[in-house]
Amino acid sequence: MARYAREVAVVAFAQSDHLRRTDELSEVEMVMPVLHQVLAATGLKAGEIGFTCSGSSDYLAGRAFSFTMTLDGVGAWPPISESHVEMDGAWALYEAWVKIQTGEADTALVYSYGKSSPGSVRDVLTRQLDPYYVAPLWPDSVALAALQAQALIDAGETDEPALAAIGARSRAAAETNPHAQLSGSVPQGDYQVRPLRTGDCPPIGDGVAAVILAAGDLARQLCERPAWITGIDHRIEAHSLGLRDLTDSPSTRIAAEHAGVFEAPVDTAELHAPFSSQEVVLRKALGLGDGVSVNPSGGALAANPVMAAGLIRIGEAAARIHRGESDRAVAHATSGPCLQQNLVAVLEGDRA
Amino acid sequence: MTAASPPQVLRAPLVVEFPFTRSLGPVQSAFLTGLREGVVLGVRTADRKVMVPPVEYDPVTAEEIRELVEVAATGTVTTWAWNDRPRPHQPLDTPFAWVLVKLDGADTALLHVLDAPGPEAVHTGMRVRVRWAAERTGAITDIACFEPYEGPAGGEAAPHDGDFAGAVTGIVAQARLDYVYSPGRAQTAYINALSEQKTVGERCPSCQKVYVPPRGACPTCGVATTDQVEVGPAGTVTTYCIVNIKARNLDIEVPYVYAHIALDGAGLALHGRIGGIPYDQVRMGLRVEPVWTEGGRYPDHYRPTGEPDADYDAYKELI
Repeated sequence: MARYAREVAVVAFAQSDHLRRTDELSEVEMVMPVLHQVLAATGLKAGEIGFTCSGSSDYLAGRAFSFTMTLDGVGAWPPISESHVEMDGAWALYEAWVKIQTGEADTALVYSYGKSSPGSVRDVLTRQLDPYYVAPLWPDSVALAALQAQALIDAGETDEPALAAIGARSRAAAETNPHAQLSGSVPQGDYQVRPLRTGDCPPIGDGVAAVILAAGDLARQLCERPAWITGIDHRIEAHSLGLRDLTDSPSTRIAAEHAGVFEAPVDTAELHAPFSSQEVVLRKALGLGDGVSVNPSGGALAANPVMAAGLIRIGEAAARIHRGESDRAVAHATSGPCLQQNLVAVLEGDRA
Repeated sequence: MTAASPPQVLRAPLVVEFPFTRSLGPVQSAFLTGLREGVVLGVRTADRKVMVPPVEYDPVTAEEIRELVEVAATGTVTTWAWNDRPRPHQPLDTPFAWVLVKLDGADTALLHVLDAPGPEAVHTGMRVRVRWAAERTGAITDIACFEPYEGPAGGEAAPHDGDFAGAVTGIVAQARLDYVYSPGRAQTAYINALSEQKTVGERCPSCQKVYVPPRGACPTCGVATTDQVEVGPAGTVTTYCIVNIKARNLDIEVPYVYAHIALDGAGLALHGRIGGIPYDQVRMGLRVEPVWTEGGRYPDHYRPTGEPDADYDAYKELI
C-alpha cells in the first residue's frame, strides 16, 4: 500500500450485454443504463462523484464528438469535473486514478463504450496507423495480428492447434458470463488472415463498461470488499512493427514490474488479448503459470467492444475480488496494433 | 402526451472522407522522394543500426538521426500473413501476403505486401525484391509490392546525401470510411415526426423539461426521456443574429436572420432561419411559425405569425 499516496479501489463495475448490432440505440441510449447500474451499486448520485472520465473513439461509429453526447447520460448539471481519452477506458481509469492520487477527487466514475457496428472496424482501425508509411497500405487489424501470430509460430512459441485451444477455452469460460457476445463451443472457422482463423479473432460488437473508483475509508463504506489498486502502470513501444520483436511485449513486462505484479503470486489474470496469439505474448511477459486463472470471463475473444474491452478486464478482475473469488489479480489492457500500448494493474482484496 | 413509439430505426449511408495534407520532415522527405526515384533510403543510428523505413529519432535513445544511407531493393521476409480476401484500398486486389521485409543492408523491417501465387509459396526467410509502381509520386505505394527473388543479395548500406531534384515535401493522406448510420430511438422518432410536419420532443420524467430535438436522455438529470410531446408549431424568438456573409453553396441572400426559437411547449430553444420579415425588424419575443417547402424534410424557415410579441418573462428562462 505504501507505493502510492492514497489507497484507491474499484468499488463497482457494470457492463452492457455485448451485441453484434445496436441499431436502435444512439450512443447515449446505449451508455446510460450501464451508468445507472454502476451508480446504483454504490448508492452514489452522479452529483456526488468527484471526477468523471470516459474513453471512446469517434471513428468507430463515424460520429463526431460522440463522447459529449454520452455525457447527457451522466447528468452533467450542476457542472461536473470531466475528461475524456480517445483510448480504451482503461486509460480513462488511469487518469481518474491519478486525479484521486492528487487529492483532487475522492471518487470517480469511469466509463467507456464502443459502437463498431455502423462501420467496418477492421478498416477503421487502419486510420490509427502511421500515416506516412503504413496507413496508405490499409493493413487491417487482423492482418497485423496475423503477422504477429506467424512470428510466434516461427519462433516455436505456439502453433495453430494451441491458438485454437486458447479461443476454445475463452469461449467455454464465457458460458458463465451473461454479457458475453460469443460463448460455448464456437467453430474455429476458416482463415481470416492466415495463420489466424475466425476463432482466433474477436467478435465485432457494441458494448459499454463502467467502473467506480473510491479512496480509502470511503471505498470501504461503498463496497464490502473493495478491489484495491495496489499497482498500476502503462507503457508504450515503438509504433513501427518492423522495429519491434513481435514475439515479446517488453512494455507489458515493464508496466507489470512498476505495478508490482511480480512481488507476489496472482490467482487471476484478466488479459486484453483480442487475438489468441496475443495471449501467448502476454502470458510470457507477465510470467503467468498454469495455476493462474486466465480470463475466467472469456476475455476479449468472447466480447471485444473496442475502447471498452480493456476497462472490462479491470472491471472483471475487480468483480472477482468483490465476490471473494480472487485475492490478488492482474488486469491488463492494450491499445494500438500488435500490443503496442499496454496497461497493467494489480488488484487486491483485504484478506480475512 | 403519448408513450414513445417502438423503435422503427432509420438507417442511412454515411461516408467520412478526409484528405489530410501532411508535411514531411527531412528524413521522411528523403525516403519518399527516394522511392519516387527508385532508391530505398534508411537512416543509420549512433550504434550503427540501419533503420528502413527511416525514423527521425532513435526509438531507444530518442536522439535525432539524420545520417541517410541507401539500402538494396532486395531483402528477406521476417514474418508474413496470407490474405485470401483483399479488402478495399489494399495494394493488391488478388490474394497476397502481408510481409515484414528486412532489406539487404537494413537492420529493421518494412511492412508491405508480397505478390505470390499462394501461401505455400511464402515462408519466413524467403528472398524478395521490390516491384516498383509504374507511376511513382513519392509515397509508400511507389513500392507496388514485393515479389519472390532468387538473385544475389545486396551489399552493405551505402552513404547517401538524400538530395533529389524536386523533393517531395508533403503527402495527402486520403481516407474514406463507409458507415451505415442509425440515429437511435429518440432521434428516429423526431425525424419521422418531422416528415409529417410535426415537431416532437421528449419530456424528462425527473425535471419535466421537454427536449427538442430529443436525444433520449436529459443531460441535466442523466435519465432517459421517455414520453413524447408534440410542441409548436408556433414559437417565440428568444435571441437571434444577423448573418452578413454568404456561405458557399447556400442559396440564401444575405443579410438574413438566424434565431433561437422556443417552440410552444418546448423546454429549450432550437434554431432556424427567420424569413417573411425584413432582417432588421426581427426582435426578441417575435412570434413565429415554421414554413415547410414542398417535400421538405424539415422546416425551411420560420415566419411571423402576426400575433403580438411574447412577454419577456414568458421566455426568459429559455434564452
